[in-house]
Amino acid sequence: MRNSKRILAMLLALCMMVAVFAACGDSAASAPAASASAAEAAAASAEAPAASGDKVVKIGVFEPASGDNGAGGKQETLGMQYANEETPTVEIGGETYTVQLVVVDNQSSTDKAPSAAQQLVAENVSVVLGSYGSGVSIAASQVFADGGVPAIGVTCTNPQVTEGNDHYFRICFLDPFQGTVLANYASAELGARKAYCLSKLGDDYSVGLCNYFKEAFLALGGEVVEESFPEGNSDFTSYVTNAKSQGCDVFFAPVSTEAAANIIEQAASQDLGMSLLAGDTWDSNVITAAAQGKNVDICVSTFYQEGGNAAFDEGFKAYINGNSTAMANNGGNDMIAAVSAMGYDAYYTALEALKAAGSTDPAAVKAALPGVTYAGVSGAIAFDATGDAIRDTAYIKRANTETGAWDFVAEQKVG
Amino acid sequence: MSVVLPYLLSGISVGGQYALIAIGYTMVYGILRLINFAHGDVFMVAGVMMVYLSASLPLYISMPLMLILTVIIGFTIERAAYKPLRSAPRMSVMISAIGVSYLLQNLAAYITGGLAQQYPTVPGISNSVSIGPATTKVVTLVTPFLVIALVFALVMLINHTKIGMAMRAVAKDYDTAQLMGIRINAVISATFVIGSFLAAVGSVLYFTNYTAVTYTSGAMPGLKAFVAAVFGGIGSIPGAVIGAFIIGISENIVKGLEAMLGVAGVSLNIGLATFSDAVTFALLIIILVVKPTGLFGEKATEKV
Amino acid sequence: MKTMENKRGVLITAALIVCIFVFVGVAERIAPPSWNMLFMVLKKGSIYALIAVSMNLLNGFTGLFSLGQAGFMLLGAYTYGILTIPAADRASVYQYFDGGLVRFALPVPVALILAGLVAAGFAFLIGLPVLRLKSDYLAIATLGFAEIIRAVFQWNVLGPITNGSNLLRKFPVFQSTISYFVVVGLCVAVILLLINSSYGRAFKSIREDEIAAEAMGINLTRHKMLAFCISSFFAGIGGALLAMYQTSVQAAIFKSAMTYEILLIVVIGGIGSISGSILASFLYIACSEWWLRFLDQETVLSAGPRTRFVVIMAVIFVILLAAMVYRLVKPKAKSRVRYGVGAGICAAVLGWLVFFGVTGATRVPLLRNGFRMVVFSVIIMIIVLFFSRGIMGTSELPDLFKPGKKKREEAAK
Repeated sequence: MRNSKRILAMLLALCMMVAVFAACGDSAASAPAASASAAEAAAASAEAPAASGDKVVKIGVFEPASGDNGAGGKQETLGMQYANEETPTVEIGGETYTVQLVVVDNQSSTDKAPSAAQQLVAENVSVVLGSYGSGVSIAASQVFADGGVPAIGVTCTNPQVTEGNDHYFRICFLDPFQGTVLANYASAELGARKAYCLSKLGDDYSVGLCNYFKEAFLALGGEVVEESFPEGNSDFTSYVTNAKSQGCDVFFAPVSTEAAANIIEQAASQDLGMSLLAGDTWDSNVITAAAQGKNVDICVSTFYQEGGNAAFDEGFKAYINGNSTAMANNGGNDMIAAVSAMGYDAYYTALEALKAAGSTDPAAVKAALPGVTYAGVSGAIAFDATGDAIRDTAYIKRANTETGAWDFVAEQKVG
Repeated sequence: MSVVLPYLLSGISVGGQYALIAIGYTMVYGILRLINFAHGDVFMVAGVMMVYLSASLPLYISMPLMLILTVIIGFTIERAAYKPLRSAPRMSVMISAIGVSYLLQNLAAYITGGLAQQYPTVPGISNSVSIGPATTKVVTLVTPFLVIALVFALVMLINHTKIGMAMRAVAKDYDTAQLMGIRINAVISATFVIGSFLAAVGSVLYFTNYTAVTYTSGAMPGLKAFVAAVFGGIGSIPGAVIGAFIIGISENIVKGLEAMLGVAGVSLNIGLATFSDAVTFALLIIILVVKPTGLFGEKATEKV
Repeated sequence: MKTMENKRGVLITAALIVCIFVFVGVAERIAPPSWNMLFMVLKKGSIYALIAVSMNLLNGFTGLFSLGQAGFMLLGAYTYGILTIPAADRASVYQYFDGGLVRFALPVPVALILAGLVAAGFAFLIGLPVLRLKSDYLAIATLGFAEIIRAVFQWNVLGPITNGSNLLRKFPVFQSTISYFVVVGLCVAVILLLINSSYGRAFKSIREDEIAAEAMGINLTRHKMLAFCISSFFAGIGGALLAMYQTSVQAAIFKSAMTYEILLIVVIGGIGSISGSILASFLYIACSEWWLRFLDQETVLSAGPRTRFVVIMAVIFVILLAAMVYRLVKPKAKSRVRYGVGAGICAAVLGWLVFFGVTGATRVPLLRNGFRMVVFSVIIMIIVLFFSRGIMGTSELPDLFKPGKKKREEAAK
């Protein structure tokens, strides 16, 4: 018996080794088709060796596909993949390069982020896009810096991402801006005087945004009640009760979509009686699905408004409807999340940077990035001295509880 | 009273759901002396299965099917992961339980793609009702009664049937029971079947209330239900239920403490709600240190 | 001690370790950037090795089943972070708390030791009540403690010190892999010395039989507390190193899942084997963060006619071979089910290969995001159920190099 076990162990070890070698062999023979549709990917990889001499430039996609921000990260990646399908080649220094997206999952976790980032650096990507969520971007920042690879943050809104470094850029607005926009809106449009801010404990995004909202709201003469819930909590009834019993006029909860679905459900069943307000994370079909048919009022601030660019909307919807994996990643319907539009813009910004650099060398791309401008579907993109996007517009949307879609409400600017 | 009422209500509701999970823990522990870490994940898997089944089948088919499948999963886990380790040290069985929990979570993450799934509405118990100043769902009111009914049935089963007697015998003395001709494996399987069934019922109540099902949904309720089981005295079913209600209520009181104080005129803005989970674990440590057998635990011969 | 008698084994092991250190130190300077992934894994692997060894000291050598490791790592990581952020950078790190309360920065070695001491101090406090508990009760109490610690560190009111839910960053970090190796090596050496001292023997006797140990004059409370504090001390240092590796730290990652991860490493390596824990850490990190990543990527294979022919021939060959082996072995009736399951899986794989061979280009089934973790947890379950002694059992590296055990040496390779 002992002997047979030993043999079994040896065989297992052998199998693993074979698997490792086979994996190495595979990567040479096949193109990791990063969840593009089966047929197209097969065609692409079948044609890739045929059209030899074709040069390839790699763009890294550093996004969460699991963990707390998995849903948002997938939608953001979808935007990039769609853009990649739309424009699979780029002219760099007079030659045509095929763009290959290298997708890694940072698992929404700062302790998994560095190795995921290193994977991209090891793949010799010219520029990195991502991530959704600021914490992982900050944790991976040093790896990109050491690898000499520039990164374009797509929807990481924390100021600390780009601060004090020259390789991290971003195309979205920042939390201080978003907090101010939301506070202005709550005060001016919703007529709120007392706000209830709910953040998730240990989540720098929601805590940070609540903080900026509070600052701005207090400056407008309002009152704020702040609370936070622990990780893994799904019972929000007591928080809803707290908001009601303390006479608040608006419920500000810029948390992840999983918690959001529960908050909406419980707010509706407890008859909250005030508007729910949140930031860009809530701009997702998870929210509209949860709100549909319920007595709730939900307003969010976001980067992009569906209908803002007809060509993009149509193309993106067609892309999603024609691809079951993309459909599943988008949450089961073809509604366009703002993060997808941002991902789309990020991809084209990266292409612009590659063109401007005239080379696939990451250092050249990094040098070219500060000067890059691009008119994206979510607005014009240009970088300031710290590498942040120069943006002064956010869109406010309201969930239509009858149709289960977003209604455009207002465009908000802060001087 | 009108200030405290909503918190009590949600506390009782949550407590009822913890109770159904806690019974599974306490029965398994009573018999195998094993913290079945995978139990919370069985509860989550029941929720995920319901989401997928109800997408293609009507409710009156999908619900019984979900209950049956959950029971099968519970049974299979015991047979595949715990039975081979019957004679191994206790630590290895517990590690195996952690491994199963890890596997179930990763599997659920793989299948759902890590996205939150919307639980189907169950007609009748998903609606809202108002009681005085508080508005809540019907399920909140149904839960405690359902729990009490189920516990009553379970206690009857344990005290008045043959398999129940066998369970008590195994819990009392594993080896002697075996010598007396009790088929240990059948008894243990029965325990897992009952535990998984209750977890599946619990998942219906829980996810009707908190409709987002993710692959981590089982972890926290599972841990808290276990705390409840320890709190009430592990091995004792009424103890687990009462422990669960205490945990549920104290957790919600902590969440609402500042608001209640605010209404009473004491303004305190230091974010005490932060500690709603921590309080559960603090209670656990206190009870373990002060009365290690829990509130209703039998005086064990083995020092804990 | 068995280990001490086996001089040859110890010498070979020592030489091997020196070689690895030299190799890492040299390779890091001269290797091309494409090797960076290796060093990333080595860094994290070494950190996990220290933490796994510290957990093994408690769970494997003293027999105390504690699940509080993540909490102690958090304490270490935060102590290190809070005490070493340069004064100039504090304003930007503690952006919501006006630069925070702590205004000074300590040198790295001092902060590292303090990180361990703070974790050990908390271990002492928590150990006073909970160490009286036995096995699973102790496990659940320490798990609860770790959760409480996490909530406290994220509490906004303590923000001026802990930065609340926000990241701590900009603290000094080790740049080179060899620095991690040196720190971890020193710590593990201390643990090894401890285990081979009279304390270590006392710990083991507690593991084997508490009552007998007490009868032999071993002070249970004192020795349990000592093991608990020492384990936490090194977990704290491990946490500080993990913070360095990430260049930033956030309390949110120190969940019970992290403790489970480390526990599984200890089990894979073999409960009660230091070298097993170390090997398992490197393997675990390399598998989960590097080698198995391809499982997360949807992959489409395409092959020319030649490869397809080879694949189909190979399938036929394998089937013939399996049939022959089956006839030779003739399994007993009892193990038929097991063989049946194995044959079923093999048939599925072979069937897919035939399909691939015929069509020439096809998507590899199942490969999509999340599959890596599924495969990984299945491997872990296989180890837990069928190889419950882990890679090394309770033996150490030097035991592998004993004279006359050449066969085992080969197996280890």
